Amino acid sequence: MSESIHLTYEVSADDFTRAGEASSSVKRMLKQMGVSPEAIRKVAIAMYEGEINMVIHAQGGHIDVEISPEEIIMTLADRGPGIKNIEQAMQAGFSTAPDNVRALGFGAGMGLPNMKKYTDDMKIETVIGVGTTVTMKVYI
Amino acid sequence: MTVNEVKDALHGTYLCGEEHGEVEVHSACGSDMMSDVLAFLKDQAVLLTGLCNPQVVRTAEMMDIVCIVFVRGKMPDQNIIEMAREKGLPMISTRHRMFSACGLLYEKGLRGGASD
Repeated sequence: MSESIHLTYEVSADDFTRAGEASSSVKRMLKQMGVSPEAIRKVAIAMYEGEINMVIHAQGGHIDVEISPEEIIMTLADRGPGIKNIEQAMQAGFSTAPDNVRALGFGAGMGLPNMKKYTDDMKIETVIGVGTTVTMKVYI
Repeated sequence: MTVNEVKDALHGTYLCGEEHGEVEVHSACGSDMMSDVLAFLKDQAVLLTGLCNPQVVRTAEMMDIVCIVFVRGKMPDQNIIEMAREKGLPMISTRHRMFSACGLLYEKGLRGGASD
């Protein structure tokens, strides 16, 4: 693998059943490319949490994945309400998810902390009323 | 222990993936919150849950979980079973409640992971 590979996915709003399809596809591709299982797992979990967030908190959006020989960069841009207090949102257990989301098995306040935990670098840019872009990096 | 032994210990039945019954299981976790499952890496784990939606299968896929057990006699719908079948992921249903199911596997020597 000498050149970078770019992948783009559209994430639909409120389509909970299909949430995770992009992460699943990236995981399969990384496996075919022979990336180490540890790096694949980190990318898969972080991207999956992000994808779920885009469906339950935002109005969907798009995900760009760049795979180079050294690193994998995931950029998740949503059209959601923005994050009012990033520091609070990063605390394990803090969640603004409504009960119907909890009933689906999410909204435990572990999404963003998990994304940070499994990536080597994470950056959040958010504008209230416009959306949030999360950029995550995993070194191969 | 193997997936087959997990099924026997829980007096369970296969919903799919019986052909993977000899796969080794090294650890276990029980939760209805998928983000909690995603928070801790596990080695060759079985996931016990009462949650029945496609995200249980997705979570298992991302975590490389080797088997899903539905407790309290919960039955996922056919689409979820098909999704697991396609991914080669065995699914078991047991009538035991979560606490009892976890206890039965613990008794057989299975543990929760690195923090034990």
